[in-house]
Amino acid sequence: MSTPALRARSQAGFEIRTLLSNGEQLLVSLLLPALALVGLAVGNTPDLGAGRRIDIVVPSVLALAVVSTAFTGQAISTGFDRRYGVLRLLGVTPLGRSGLLAGKALAVVVIVALQTVVLGILGACFGWHPDPLGVVVGLLLMLLGTWTWVALALLISGVLRAEAVLAVANLLWVLFAGVGGLLLPTDKFPGAAGAILRLLPSGSLGDGLRDAMTGHFSSLAEPVVVLFVWGAAATALTAATFRWDDR
Amino acid sequence: MSAPVLPVVVDGVTHHYGSKLALDKMSWSAPEGAITCVLGPNGAGKTTIMEMAEGLRRPESGAVRVLDTDPWGANAAHRRRVGVMLQDGGLPGSVKPLRLLQHIARLYDATDQFPALVEELGIEEFGHTAVRRLSGGQRQRVALAAALIGRPEVVFLDEPSAGLDPHARLDVWDLVRRTRDRGCCVVVTTHSFDEADRLADRVIIVAAGSVAAEGSVAEVSGADGLEDSYFSLTRAAKKSEPRK
Repeated sequence: MSTPALRARSQAGFEIRTLLSNGEQLLVSLLLPALALVGLAVGNTPDLGAGRRIDIVVPSVLALAVVSTAFTGQAISTGFDRRYGVLRLLGVTPLGRSGLLAGKALAVVVIVALQTVVLGILGACFGWHPDPLGVVVGLLLMLLGTWTWVALALLISGVLRAEAVLAVANLLWVLFAGVGGLLLPTDKFPGAAGAILRLLPSGSLGDGLRDAMTGHFSSLAEPVVVLFVWGAAATALTAATFRWDDR
Repeated sequence: MSAPVLPVVVDGVTHHYGSKLALDKMSWSAPEGAITCVLGPNGAGKTTIMEMAEGLRRPESGAVRVLDTDPWGANAAHRRRVGVMLQDGGLPGSVKPLRLLQHIARLYDATDQFPALVEELGIEEFGHTAVRRLSGGQRQRVALAAALIGRPEVVFLDEPSAGLDPHARLDVWDLVRRTRDRGCCVVVTTHSFDEADRLADRVIIVAAGSVAAEGSVAEVSGADGLEDSYFSLTRAAKKSEPRK
């Protein structure tokens, strides 16, 4: 294993197996989004707006799944890796810090892809018929959203203590899922609240995926810009503040 | 002909944490094929200087050279030649030791070392138990295996026998000696006079961020023995503070 790419790939495989064997992680990444999908698909409330309900539910749940893995899961695992010195130890192996980050990023992308396949199949069982081009655009938007949310995860896990990361990441997941625009379109919130939510990475990812996968491409510019600005800002702040140990 | 470069050279390193002086023009070196024990009280600067030699911290002033390379920002080829056992272990809690060690062995391209180390350190018996469920001594053994798995030319061991029962400690010391005997430069930090006395080829006593004494165990111990010499040197350093 003489190349940096092979070492990063090995680290990604290690991270994926670790994440998939972690019960709490599976609960947040897959089971809760799947329950949300089933619950919203079979229920009539809340009102999700015009169009076939399942075609709005699935992209909303995919947005939730991205946040579950890229933000909540990654923040908690990085926070505890930092606490236990794992980041420091792997950083002094031939893998190095850049290889460690590349491995983590690759692992998140693979897990988001797996979630997307599983949730997509589940959605299809409930009659999901996405716009074909919208699926491609949606996958690109999910990649952008994954970058943005991983950057936010590293931002908090690089400065807060592990216990604080656990509390903050879980609390924000609940808030974003419930009233952050992930599961419910932002236009279902009162005027000012909806406008604010559209400027958050949660509202922009949720709205963006719903618009993309239902073929409403003309309204995608705003979510893309919002996600990009949050991602760039979080990446710059993380680079300036991330600490490899929590002492 | 020029003299061979020592594997680890610390040259006049000064470092502050805020206004607190952690290292004060510290200088020492460690030769190859020898065990160098860095002995000192808490807060003397042992872990700080080890972290600098491992590439985890950059000195404010002075220089640290490991295998004739600045460890800060050193490349993968350099890291491949250096083993590290951190004081806090650095082991992920949810992973099982055998899987972790296999992964680290692959990163070092040294999977041939893996079975022998697992057997020597008795890791097989708890190899399928998650790290967070292991005793302190079992974790120490896994962390030591992680440091030695790449057959390094230089290895830094931060308190390698802390928390071990007497039999396990003897096994670890034997392994450290064998590592030395194949030519590796072994640097060990410890609080234990007994460990330094039994293990060290060279002892460096650090106090208040500086080297208070260095040499063979016999040289540093003098007529009073290592324990008495240590206390007299470290107490003298403590009295000579303030450290600004």
